[in-house]
Amino acid sequence: MEYSFAELQAIFVMQGFAGLSLFSVLLLMALGLAIIFGQMGVINMAHGEFMAVGAYTTYVLSTLTEEYFPGAMDVYFLVAIVASFFIASALGYLTEWGLIRHLYKRPLDTLLATWGLSLIMQQLFRSIFGAREVSPTLPDWLMGSYQPTEMIDIPLNGLFVLGLTLFVTVGVYFLMYRSRWGLRVRATTQNRVMSGAVGINTKKVDRLTFALGCGIAGIAGAAFTTIASTGPTTGSLYIVDTFMVVVFGGAASLFGTIASAFSIAQAQSIMEFFISSSMAKVLTLLTIVLILMLRPEGLFSSKIRK
Amino acid sequence: MKSFITQRLLGGKSGAIGFLIISALILVVFPLFLDLFRLNLVGKYLTYAFVAVGLVLLWGYVGILSLGQGVFFGLGGYCMAMFLKLEASSPENTAIQSTPGIPDFMDWNQITELPWFWEPFSSFGFTLLAILVIPALFAFIIGVAMFKRRVGGVYFAIITQAIALILTVLIVGQQGYTGGINGITDLRTLNGWDIRDDSAKYILYFVNAFLLLACVVLVRYLMTGKFGRLLLAMKDKEDRVRFSGYDVSNFKIFIFCVAAMISAIGGAMFTLQVGFMSPSFVGIVPSIEMVIFAAVGGRMSVIGAVYGALFVSFGKTFFSESMPEVWLYLMGALFIAVVMFFPNGLAGVYDKYKGKLFSLLNRKKTGTPQDKVEPSTKSNVVAEPDKASLSVDDAHSEKSTS
Repeated sequence: MEYSFAELQAIFVMQGFAGLSLFSVLLLMALGLAIIFGQMGVINMAHGEFMAVGAYTTYVLSTLTEEYFPGAMDVYFLVAIVASFFIASALGYLTEWGLIRHLYKRPLDTLLATWGLSLIMQQLFRSIFGAREVSPTLPDWLMGSYQPTEMIDIPLNGLFVLGLTLFVTVGVYFLMYRSRWGLRVRATTQNRVMSGAVGINTKKVDRLTFALGCGIAGIAGAAFTTIASTGPTTGSLYIVDTFMVVVFGGAASLFGTIASAFSIAQAQSIMEFFISSSMAKVLTLLTIVLILMLRPEGLFSSKIRK
Repeated sequence: MKSFITQRLLGGKSGAIGFLIISALILVVFPLFLDLFRLNLVGKYLTYAFVAVGLVLLWGYVGILSLGQGVFFGLGGYCMAMFLKLEASSPENTAIQSTPGIPDFMDWNQITELPWFWEPFSSFGFTLLAILVIPALFAFIIGVAMFKRRVGGVYFAIITQAIALILTVLIVGQQGYTGGINGITDLRTLNGWDIRDDSAKYILYFVNAFLLLACVVLVRYLMTGKFGRLLLAMKDKEDRVRFSGYDVSNFKIFIFCVAAMISAIGGAMFTLQVGFMSPSFVGIVPSIEMVIFAAVGGRMSVIGAVYGALFVSFGKTFFSESMPEVWLYLMGALFIAVVMFFPNGLAGVYDKYKGKLFSLLNRKKTGTPQDKVEPSTKSNVVAEPDKASLSVDDAHSEKSTS
């Protein structure tokens, strides 16, 4: 099969945009994880389930709005994003209080305990929403596509998610690097004892950091509903990819996380065009693992003395 | 010689008692009281116990948590399955296929020639060798790449998990070469010996049980003596061991390879007893479930790992049969409870009450309460480093007094 130049260009743009959509979801999920893992060193295997919490919140709000306030369908989605953030972060706050704080000295055990939590949450989703995948009714302004030329067709929901991702990323940047609270978080990461000595309530910092990470996962879930439907095990499908993004980028580096989410998503979606999607995934993950074996600290390591 | 057996292989008096009890349970009690179907199930659980025993060595003793042990279980299982499948796909058996003499799933996927990596598996000798060598080689490569660069802890866990995912996606994706999501099924004979009839099932159960007990003894042997002390010291204060002139990474690579081989034996026995192998025993979920077997048993107790595998798998079968929706809650709660409340698992609970139990028994027998309880070197797991290094000192004093 021969492609003309214009066709190749259109394929390249659309495939590149598909990569950008994947990039936005990966980055949204990875941002929360990067905050929790990078700043606190905690492995949260239930992160995918916090994302599912956001997705289900959106679904519930969509059903409620459709039932009781059909006129508000245009704006409910914005409310849902905010609600997803707060519900997921409240659950995260509880998790930190009930589980994580007892295990800070045993990172491997945290991994097992949060895995257990993820199993429980998956079964809860299954009991409440059923095993079938659900998706909310999207507002009209998210449907359709933008066509700059005859052949190029860019879906609006992808553009929206991209915009949301940019917004959240910038927000996280300002919160972490330009606010008093971010300063406290970074100080606690670098030297917990010293931070405590200068009067930072490190326990409170931990709890809020964990809640923030989970909340961002909730936003990721809300964004996810615009692209695909949600099932009880949706979260667990993305958890390994997300961890690879964070580790590959260098755990404590925000810029590294963005760069690695971008390269992983683009590599995968461009390869998907030429080979089967399972082989594309194998090759992408294999490349990351090989690079990590050569450079275990990830692409952009932070200069923290261990 | 006698002290070599009791001290090094069985782990002292209490270790020998524990070993006798588990041997009696596996070799006598189960075969006598369970029907063949249930015994076959127990045999399947015991193949998971291989992985758990390997994890005790790797995680409990060296402190390396691998979330990819299913990979090695799978490699061993697939090696065995490839051999059995080739034997089951003789040209006479597969005469109705468009290409006779190749496995059925290859025929379905329009493959007309046996792939090169399947060729050597028509030899039984090669297969047996491959079951041990391929996983060990794989573990060696991963181990060298990771441990030489001092990657450990959570990073190692995440990367091994990614490797488990890669292998599963690869197996599922390359349906024509691997059997895809269904795995390699319909296995019949081993060198002409029907593995599906009743006598074969009994024989395979006992072979499996003896191999497992042999692995338990092997791990015991590795753990006791100077080598085991070094492993424990590495877990507690790796830097000090390094400064004392030991090459820590080589020890880790060695243990990782041993654990991989033990898991692979389990995988091969699984294929023989269950009659198929599929990617659902390779991926992330089975790998992490195998970690919980070791954790429930007590992450530093080899025999505990066997009990853990039996106990959790039995629970899984029981609840999946009667109330499947409850099982995931229980499994999740088990993960959390083991980590939060019983970090030493069943072995820890046993150790805690062992003193009371023995003194009660002794008082009845001799009338004098015996207060000497064996120093429990194998139990101070997740305690703070200084406490755990204390237990190493205990081990030394135990050695010098005996």
